[in-house]
Amino acid sequence: MKQTPDIRSKRAWERLEVVAGNGLIDRRAFLRGGTALAAAMSGYALVESAAAEPLVDEPWSKTPGSIVPAYGSPSRYEDTVVRTLSNPKGEPRTQHARTPHHLLNGTITPNGLHFTISHAGNPDIDPDQHRLVIHGMVKRPLMFTLDTLARYPMISRVTFVECGGNSSPLFAKEPHQANVQALHGLVSCAEWTGVRLSTLLDEAGVDPKAKWIIAEGADAPALSRSVPVTKAMDDAMIALYQNGERLMPGNGYPMRLLLPGWEGNMNVKYLRRLKLVDQPGMSYYEARTYTPVLPGGKAYLFYFLNEVKSFITHPSPGLKLRTRILRDFRHRLFRQRPDFEGDDFSRPRRQLGPGGAPGAGAEQSVHPLSRAVALGRRTGSIAKPRVGRSRQRAADARAVSRRARREPEGPARHRVQRPALQRSDQLGDRSERRGEACLRVSFRRSLPYSRSL
Amino acid sequence: MSTRKLPPIVAVFALALAVGVATAQAPNLGKSIDPAEIAAWDISILPDGTGLPPGRGTPAQGAAVYLQKCFMCHGENGKGGVNAALVGGGPVTGIDSGKTIANFWPYSTTVFDYIRRAMPWQQPRSLTNDEVYALTAYIFALNKLIGENDEMNADTLPKIKMPNRDGFIIRFPDKL
Repeated sequence: MKQTPDIRSKRAWERLEVVAGNGLIDRRAFLRGGTALAAAMSGYALVESAAAEPLVDEPWSKTPGSIVPAYGSPSRYEDTVVRTLSNPKGEPRTQHARTPHHLLNGTITPNGLHFTISHAGNPDIDPDQHRLVIHGMVKRPLMFTLDTLARYPMISRVTFVECGGNSSPLFAKEPHQANVQALHGLVSCAEWTGVRLSTLLDEAGVDPKAKWIIAEGADAPALSRSVPVTKAMDDAMIALYQNGERLMPGNGYPMRLLLPGWEGNMNVKYLRRLKLVDQPGMSYYEARTYTPVLPGGKAYLFYFLNEVKSFITHPSPGLKLRTRILRDFRHRLFRQRPDFEGDDFSRPRRQLGPGGAPGAGAEQSVHPLSRAVALGRRTGSIAKPRVGRSRQRAADARAVSRRARREPEGPARHRVQRPALQRSDQLGDRSERRGEACLRVSFRRSLPYSRSL
Repeated sequence: MSTRKLPPIVAVFALALAVGVATAQAPNLGKSIDPAEIAAWDISILPDGTGLPPGRGTPAQGAAVYLQKCFMCHGENGKGGVNAALVGGGPVTGIDSGKTIANFWPYSTTVFDYIRRAMPWQQPRSLTNDEVYALTAYIFALNKLIGENDEMNADTLPKIKMPNRDGFIIRFPDKL
């Protein structure tokens, strides 16, 4: 290789930019970085011989540390690992706080980074004054305090909650130059602990004619959604704890409805009322907002399921690239139901190894809920012919539901069944077929890289 | 297993155990509450009109309330301001189409319900039922869904057939 790049320094890597317009990483930088890039992408460790300074005791090692706080918070060096806010001034509209998945690893989303959507701010609820009422078509209307609920048998369940509108930027006409936080930040995963809703409903005695429950929050807009009684009796929970501590204010303190696998908005926060009725309430959020419009103008009503989601977290568009970042692809898969057992994911055609190269020893992070694989795939030339011999390299994270496979001719079943709306050569493309979620992250590889293969 | 063949003491013990388990699963700590005590919270309205409160209002009355409490966000004559337009809206053709009351909302009761529970933004649930009926009438009249002098009340409101009532496909009928 004829290039001797200056890209061995971290700083040079941090200069790598995402090119506006086509979503691909700056080709010049790739060319500049030829050798190092090839090394990084093919899994060879970079040798940083220039850094051979003698080790010293740093100042923090030579003095006692700070006072231990009563409630811990991350290191000050982690202050960039934060949610992004859509409405930081609290203007009279919805606020979104998105999880920085590209900066996290593991199964659980830390409570402070769990995504939040607040349609009218987070209420400041006094837990001692909060009440939950179950009424309507029941034998015995009941009222619960937080204290009484805390005396019930509790269950814990690790489950993700996802906004029904998560990943919606991928449906824009033009591809977004956005990282995984902006594209997919409205999903998070926590261990929720609380009381089975069926226990409380049994106590109240549900009228067999009741088919729906209107759940309502104690927030300003008294957010309300209708939930089928079958779901409520199946696996719904009144969640009181989130990752071991009380719910965060943005996630429903002091209690929320948890409907595993169903769209976030239905998991009503600040839950204060459950009314058993014989028909859905057709609230603003169910009859107007969470109703995806199909080409042609018809819209889906009661689009409940959010059962599978897969996306790549590393590399992430816009992420500052460091020397090691291309060595591993990381992705997250969120699945909910036993239907999505890992052994049913599509077979890898080529599994990504260290450096994103096909081969053994794939390094993608697979958390306990995830058995999906990242697929490495070389595609043809990218759209702009002047790029010449450059090739595009893509990684797909894909989850395929067993149910969809089992019923290939049946009615469309999964949230992820949406038409592919973007070209496959765009960064952040997602093509979705029956029962299948796929996110592709693409970047160019330059000539030296092809040699390294 | 039948308990008939067991010694009586075992059967009694098994019964006690079963009762114990049942009790553990259902502590029955909920306090009975009279529907009258829930009245202030019970603002659910169903699309057939169930739950609509007494009261009435006309578009003209609604226009006055609108100027006072809604105009700042929703603009002159509901044409939109810092927040959503309440009138008009082109045909819904795809995922990018704006959803408005006239072109999308399937049920008239949703309009009443949402105004009553969530509006005005800074002071939700501060409007009287008459004011909510009047505002609903005003918005429906602006959208030509009712006449300019039509009164909205618990009887007339649910009878309005919204233009997009049949524009929906139930996504998962087996889940209902």
